[in-house]
Amino acid sequence: MSKKMHIKLNVNGKNEEFLAEPRELLIYTLRERLNITGPHIGCETSHCGACTVTINGKSVKSCTMFVAQADGAEVTTIEGLGGPDDLHPLQEAFKEHHGLQCGYCTPGMITRATKLLEENPNPTEEEIRFGMAGNICRCTGYQNIVKSIQAAAAEMNAAKEAAE
Amino acid sequence: MIPASFEYHRPQDMAGVLAVLEEHGDDARVMAGGHSLIPMMKLRMADVPHLIDLQDVGGMSDIDVGESSIRIGAMVTQAEIIDHAGLAAAAPILREAALQIADPQVRYMGTVGGNVANGDPGNDMPGLMQCLDASFTVVGPDGERDITAREFYEAAYMTAREDDEVLTAVTIPTPKGGYAYEKQKRKIGDYATAAAAVQIVKDGDSCASAAIAMTNLSDTPVYSVDAGNALVGTSVDKAALDAAVAAMLGDIDPTEDNRGPVAFKNHVAGVILRRAIERAWSRA
Repeated sequence: MSKKMHIKLNVNGKNEEFLAEPRELLIYTLRERLNITGPHIGCETSHCGACTVTINGKSVKSCTMFVAQADGAEVTTIEGLGGPDDLHPLQEAFKEHHGLQCGYCTPGMITRATKLLEENPNPTEEEIRFGMAGNICRCTGYQNIVKSIQAAAAEMNAAKEAAE
Repeated sequence: MIPASFEYHRPQDMAGVLAVLEEHGDDARVMAGGHSLIPMMKLRMADVPHLIDLQDVGGMSDIDVGESSIRIGAMVTQAEIIDHAGLAAAAPILREAALQIADPQVRYMGTVGGNVANGDPGNDMPGLMQCLDASFTVVGPDGERDITAREFYEAAYMTAREDDEVLTAVTIPTPKGGYAYEKQKRKIGDYATAAAAVQIVKDGDSCASAAIAMTNLSDTPVYSVDAGNALVGTSVDKAALDAAVAAMLGDIDPTEDNRGPVAFKNHVAGVILRRAIERAWSRA
């Protein structure tokens, strides 16, 4: 066993400090060490996107990052986007437009979609499909996921205009 | 899937990286985005007792678009290639290829340096760099040297880079003429069943020069001199296309795997190269 490292992370605005082996994968840190169970383990081979979180402004598959690499990083998970009483517009839209069935891929989908809409606030259907290509859903056939993201984009753009 | 344990190093400069490489030799590996190496470590196909994370080293994240050449730091990510307007104007084939690599999450992490240095025949950038006649700068204990992409790849995961050297930059002569990177893959995130990089210069109605390289059809990328020569001096008509495809098929050496048998791969390679040449010619 290699020696443990002193790791500092900021997860959803909260500072965390702990000792961990460098080989610990970030998804395990989040789920098992910090009890942040929104990001899921799907394929564990960087294909499915269920473990997607935002790290320093990038969408990252947290099964393919060692906690040592993330030392000092800011991490946002689905828990940091909104809760049951204050849903993020994307969470609201997925609920409204049936953008999920079993829900397993949903935290990764929504976390990835926040970044997509940040980079492209008004995406076409094709841009959504291309920008969400790293997230796999086995239930919906993607139709309603696209619809949900389009609806959330419209909602977020309207809110932005109203605020200006 | 937990990898074997390792010692983690995060040096702040290249001298620190080289010191760890010198101390631990074969037991040390450098890592950029980690999206090739970490999956291999998780599958325990790569044993890395000393992992050197390059994220804090600095000086390898710039894209410099010059008059006659383009220099791309090894730590530039595929996402940065896609987003760089100056690069897209000077060498649009890079953006076209990067958009076909993996998926958005992987492109935020995956780097140009990692993609070319890894020596995986499935990676797209090696063939592309051979097509563009790029050279790779590596630095080691004896200083810097440049190795051309066309001489870099020896076998799967075997390259002209020595174990104590680090690939720091890719330099590309500014490409001329029409371009295409065409890739057939089974699904998003898969490596190519076959991919072709083509850059063509047109003079009047005839082809003045053509560079053609193929991906994942041998244990190294394949730069096919004969395929390019088959187009030169022609109007890139059907006879020239047939000759280029035949020449390319003589240079590749695909093996059967879960992407299909050899006959299928040869077939797909022909289809993909034909499309790539036609598209590059239409843009020339």
